[in-house]
Amino acid sequence: MISDIYTIWLREMIRYVRSKSRIISSLAMPIIWLALLGTAIGGMVEDSPFLPHNMNYIQYIAPGIIGMTILFTSIFSGISIIFDREFGFLKEILVAPVSRLSIVLGKALGGTTTAMIQGMIMFILGILLGVKFSSEFGIGLGFIITVAFMFLIGLSFVSLGIAIASKIESMEGFQMIMSFLVMPMFFLSGALYPIETLPDWLKLLTYIDPLTYGIDGLRGSIQGSSVAHFPLLVDFGVLSLFCLFTLLLSAYLFKKS
Amino acid sequence: MVAVKITDLTKKFDKLTAVDNVNLDIESGELFGLLGPNGAGKTTLISMLCTILKPTSGTAQVWNHDIIREQDMVRKSIGIVFQDQSLDDNLTGRENLQFHGRLYKVPKNVMNERMKELMELMELADRADDLVKTYSGGMRRRLEIARGLLHHPKVLFLDEPTLGLDPQTRRHIWEYIEKLNQNEGITMLLTTHYMDEADYLCDRIAIIDYGKIVALGNPSSLKESLGGDVISLASSSKDEKLREGLLKIENVTAVDFVEDAIRLTASKGETVIPEALNVVREHGVEVKSVSLHAPTLEDVFIKFTGRRLRDEAEGKKGQLKRRIGHRRRLHH
Repeated sequence: MISDIYTIWLREMIRYVRSKSRIISSLAMPIIWLALLGTAIGGMVEDSPFLPHNMNYIQYIAPGIIGMTILFTSIFSGISIIFDREFGFLKEILVAPVSRLSIVLGKALGGTTTAMIQGMIMFILGILLGVKFSSEFGIGLGFIITVAFMFLIGLSFVSLGIAIASKIESMEGFQMIMSFLVMPMFFLSGALYPIETLPDWLKLLTYIDPLTYGIDGLRGSIQGSSVAHFPLLVDFGVLSLFCLFTLLLSAYLFKKS
Repeated sequence: MVAVKITDLTKKFDKLTAVDNVNLDIESGELFGLLGPNGAGKTTLISMLCTILKPTSGTAQVWNHDIIREQDMVRKSIGIVFQDQSLDDNLTGRENLQFHGRLYKVPKNVMNERMKELMELMELADRADDLVKTYSGGMRRRLEIARGLLHHPKVLFLDEPTLGLDPQTRRHIWEYIEKLNQNEGITMLLTTHYMDEADYLCDRIAIIDYGKIVALGNPSSLKESLGGDVISLASSSKDEKLREGLLKIENVTAVDFVEDAIRLTASKGETVIPEALNVVREHGVEVKSVSLHAPTLEDVFIKFTGRRLRDEAEGKKGQLKRRIGHRRRLHH
């Protein structure tokens, strides 16, 4: 079981390291968001009463952009099962004496690892752009909690990607998922603006969005509870439940398909 | 010993019966061929034997393991070369094999040894560390065959192993398959719609059409069973009186109307031609050309199905498409 998961994980890693263009292009967008949007809107909202003091806009959205990087990378990793199916490689895996659960776990952990690496690269870029660890946990513990949240976000959305890939037939459905699921999830997550000031109906949607808790958790672990919306334990609890749910869902749907 | 024992195996998709109550025993060490047109149910049959598709009814034993109750044991006993390509393009040849070896729990030292041996046999050793996306079609096929053999399977399934390859490469693949069957004594079950492939390679073949086995035997006895040479008169006539007239000629054993030809089966075929032409002329039928040849598996196929063995057999197109649709969904 463990060796099967490792084998499938290893393949994801080899493919990741080899796909330089994918690494670069998947980082280009978050960098543009952070540097351009952060600077442009940052000028507009300078000294805004809604942003925590002493914090410029780039710093404020940095956890959101890290979350976005992880979201995009992980959903894409999950959905890449469609490529495996289309190019026939999935058959090679399915016919091997390996349990379906090992396949899902290997794939999910592989995607999570790549998503975490991408998120970490964004995190380092954020630090270069002036983001500071200012949470009450300090640098050491703060970093560990940050990594834990990256893991949970990654695993949740790779699993969601696998679940979706088990249901849709071809890559044509991919654009739909980007437009109707991934982008709304990102914009509703409070990655780019504080939740406190939203009207009630929008607040409700934000609370339903699982990514909200991931990004809030990153904010809490990097910048502290004064910047986060929920207590860190709430973020952790909700996200863990969502993660468990998507993981079970993906295992179930993959087995069924 | 019986390597593959198929009992009343049936697979239905909605209204289409892709495999219809097939019974078949394949002996260990045999190189067995399933010959039939596209859409005849060959891939569906193999998919069930490989445990990636559940039968509607009936069952089969592969190396004494039941394909429904002992899936894992079956999977460990078999190797498969799929009809469509199933390699990871972004891995090297070696990495594709290593991935496979790990999934099949081949011990590392055994795997390295075996990998080296197979890479050399398949003449891939010098390209082992190149990405598969740089491989030609023939190299990919060879790598897939090597991969299918890496874990020392008892039975190797080859689904259309030379589909889409050029004639020279096909010849090479045939030689590898023959060599492997002889040197390693592996039982092989291959499907093909190329009759020359079945004829050249297989110890025994089953002709399959619309999901049913219509003929079974070794290629030469199947051809001999036709009872003589085949004379083909190019004419679209379907005149029953003409048939009767032709059957009266000495040595003629069968007359079939096939699409654009009248086909006579006859011993001493060359002596029959002048008389046959006379009879045809008496019935006022025009013949554009005449040919005489020793019987082939194509002729055997025609005898048992009344049609030519071709991809685009009339009226099967829609069925074929539906079947491909099914196949896609099944392989998830």
